[in-house]
Amino acid sequence: MSVLGTSVRRIEDPRLLRGEGQYVDSLTDPLLDGSVRAHFVRSFLAHGQILGIDTSEALSMPGVTAVFTSADVDLVPAAPGGAGAPESMARPWLPAERVRFVGEPVAMVLAETSAQAADAAEMVFVDVDPLDPVVGIVAGLSDETLLFPAAGTNRNSRMDGGWDRFGPDRADDDSPLFEGCDLVVRRTIINQRLAGVSIEGRASAAVFLDGHLTQWISSQHAHGARSQIARAHGLSEEQLRVIVGDVGGGFGPKINPSPEDVLVGWAAGKVGRPVRWAETRSENLTSQSQGRAQLQHVAIGGTRDGRVLAFELDIRQDSGAYPLLGSSLPFFTRRMAGGPYDIERIRTRAESVVTNTVPIEAYRGAGRPEATAAIERAMDLFALEIDMDPAEVRRRNLIPAFDEPFKTDSGAVYDCGDFDSALRAVLAASDYEDWREKQRFRRENQWRRVLGVGVCTYVEITGSGPATEFARVVVTAGDDGSVTAELFTGASPHGQGLHTALAMIASETLGIPIGQIRVSHGDTSTVPSGGGTMGSRSLQMGGSAIRGAARDVLAMAKQAAAEELEAPIDDIEVCEDPPGLFRADTPERIVPWARILELASDAGLTESDTALPTLSVEDVYSTDGATYPFGAHVAVVEVDLDTGEVVLLKLFAGDDAGRILNPMLAEGQRHGGIAQGVSQALFESVLYDDQGNPITSTLADYAVPSAADLPDWDLVAMETPTPMNPLGAKGIGESGTIGSTPAVQSAVVDAVSHLGIDHMDMPLTSFRVWSALADPRSDISRKG
Amino acid sequence: MAASLVEVHIRINGSSTTTEVEPRQLLVQHLREDHHLRGTHVGCDTSNCGACTVLLDGKAVKSCTVLAVQADGREVETVESLAAPDGTLNQLQEGFRFEHGLQCGFCTPGMLMACTSLLANNPDPSELEIRQSLEGNLCRCTGYEMIVRSVRWAAEHRAGREGEK
Repeated sequence: MSVLGTSVRRIEDPRLLRGEGQYVDSLTDPLLDGSVRAHFVRSFLAHGQILGIDTSEALSMPGVTAVFTSADVDLVPAAPGGAGAPESMARPWLPAERVRFVGEPVAMVLAETSAQAADAAEMVFVDVDPLDPVVGIVAGLSDETLLFPAAGTNRNSRMDGGWDRFGPDRADDDSPLFEGCDLVVRRTIINQRLAGVSIEGRASAAVFLDGHLTQWISSQHAHGARSQIARAHGLSEEQLRVIVGDVGGGFGPKINPSPEDVLVGWAAGKVGRPVRWAETRSENLTSQSQGRAQLQHVAIGGTRDGRVLAFELDIRQDSGAYPLLGSSLPFFTRRMAGGPYDIERIRTRAESVVTNTVPIEAYRGAGRPEATAAIERAMDLFALEIDMDPAEVRRRNLIPAFDEPFKTDSGAVYDCGDFDSALRAVLAASDYEDWREKQRFRRENQWRRVLGVGVCTYVEITGSGPATEFARVVVTAGDDGSVTAELFTGASPHGQGLHTALAMIASETLGIPIGQIRVSHGDTSTVPSGGGTMGSRSLQMGGSAIRGAARDVLAMAKQAAAEELEAPIDDIEVCEDPPGLFRADTPERIVPWARILELASDAGLTESDTALPTLSVEDVYSTDGATYPFGAHVAVVEVDLDTGEVVLLKLFAGDDAGRILNPMLAEGQRHGGIAQGVSQALFESVLYDDQGNPITSTLADYAVPSAADLPDWDLVAMETPTPMNPLGAKGIGESGTIGSTPAVQSAVVDAVSHLGIDHMDMPLTSFRVWSALADPRSDISRKG
Repeated sequence: MAASLVEVHIRINGSSTTTEVEPRQLLVQHLREDHHLRGTHVGCDTSNCGACTVLLDGKAVKSCTVLAVQADGREVETVESLAAPDGTLNQLQEGFRFEHGLQCGFCTPGMLMACTSLLANNPDPSELEIRQSLEGNLCRCTGYEMIVRSVRWAAEHRAGREGEK
């Protein structure tokens, strides 16, 4: 029986469960003996001119090795991180002239212990002349105060704010967007700023020896870190070894190394001792990159019988203080603007703007949740306006099932999908009509605790191609006749269970038991290249690559065994117990792997420089395009009309990510993704006061939900394999986040829609709902 | 500035220890830095996340909220005490593995210690009791349901080890 499609328990777990995880701050590598600890001095002002930094007192503190400011840093300046951002907006490693957000590092203290470094950091005096803070997208767009006067504007991306239609033959189309529509509904929507909050914060450790830098980093992308760190140091990639061991959660903000990470390696070179750094949670919530942060204007037009003809999405992206990856997020949002709907005319535009807040980068979904939230809110508003059930409006507009690529008017090319079946399945599983009946009953009987039902259908992008991924499969015989396989991947898992998934794929191909397979990732000295783990790419890219390399190893093994088995290669099959090969018509005679490797050695197929016979194949898998997972979610909430309290009663989720390799791992990804999506709808929001002071800088203020805040999820299974890769797999890491947020938001609005409320921005806290109930026409939901 | 050191005697995972510590040192720092027990993690600085949960005289505490000197003369158990000396996982650890109660694994040591305390006081907790008792332990990966199932698995398999591995 095939191991594929079964819930194999994780090979990662035993050591993590014993507390043996190799997280950066838990490392005991002898290379790090004699380390000094780093601590960063951070700006207390959102915006200001640096007049001077006095480090003299700090330098005299016990245990202090060095205090560095921008004047000391001789790294190569970084390029601006946003697509098309002006040169003048490049982020300095440490600022020399201006601070641009509370939490921005301005000096680095090294001392013998963490406590000494933190004590000394208190004694670094940073003299700053305050400037007007630019807080919020609207303030940024006004250009009244500029963060980078040399740029002449706070706008920072190539997206010039012009309208674009991406669809075929649309360039010359100047017909009015809403031609033929009976009605057009417009609304402004805030997709609030969120924090990633991996439970392990950022951490780095580094040692510089003989012109070579070795850096351990908590990262989602070892090779991206290598190229960025090497560039900063002016080192070749051969002079730099990046090691990513266990990583305590990523969620997007750990894709790129932060300036603090880069400075840790630099400081190791300066002081000639290993340097270690692990941020505190307060630092994490005020200086690690954050996500979302879009202001959206939507307009949806259609006919009164429920057909949507045109959709317009106008995006203003908050980039935070420096344009990094986040300034390009609208690229994905625009591409996915139309969602799963067959909308004839779509136009979008976007601008990104710098403000005196933490820089924005990727957070679980990165641009796609924002697109789904926008179109789903628009569909609900449209449904309300024509007085039609929101599920029915969706069903009338979904793209019909397709297995040939489908190009949308916003420029996406979906690989395959059956959106209507997904919606039907989830509506059926949720007893949708029954909840509607209960809702009517409570309304008619004047209950103070009302019900709301929210529906979301979505499609998203994963494994965004064209892209490649590295794999190496090494099969080695032991002295005792045993066989082991080692897999090397360029993906960089941090909780997804990819080691188990890859071991399953190799085991299936080679017949070698999973217990005899080891997986390595994240060490650039053994893995030459890699795309990391982001955008839900690991299994489809890394898995396809391992599959390819394993099949190549198998081909060599068959070649080696052909003579002994007296069989043509095509007649040779894989045996799992004992692991080996046999001729199809004589299954009782198995050539074990140890013997195959000997034969391969005799035939000159094995690597000659290893002590034990070894078959080794490297493969780089490449793909032309992305895959597009899709699905539908239905949420049921109860809202207390007196207090505004929202209780999420049920969440039904159908997430179609193509063929499922390991149902348990896929379920884990969906569970965690849904939790984060629900949390955006109900709890989480990074907030600043009007002076740019963060007011959600601890986990006491930033509402990460606990077990007591969330219900169980009801998952609906569906699998529509994609033709885009040999596994038939799409990504599953972000779908839950993308589908659940609009369903929950929609449910809460739906609960009170009979009271004249057609929209409330997230998060839907008791206060926000209570405020809307107190005055349905007020705009208070936008002010929180 | 350098405060005088204080000698503390703490029984850690069954072994007696004597160490001189700064009076301000937190128990979690003491475990990680002085005893190299790196399985106890730090995830916040406001006692919210629970990643540093250990047992102090059998009761779950957040070791970032206890000073090392407060543990003087007492007994501390960390995640490293759970598995058998040969590495064999205990029933609770097996539950987490079987029900996929961990992903990145960073919150897991704290979760395990909080659950150890829960099961010691309530060997057969309901799902609601599990959710409420884990309120002080944050996990960003799992969405909690599979952690709840892991604890239930452990509760149901306490008597023997008949569970599937």
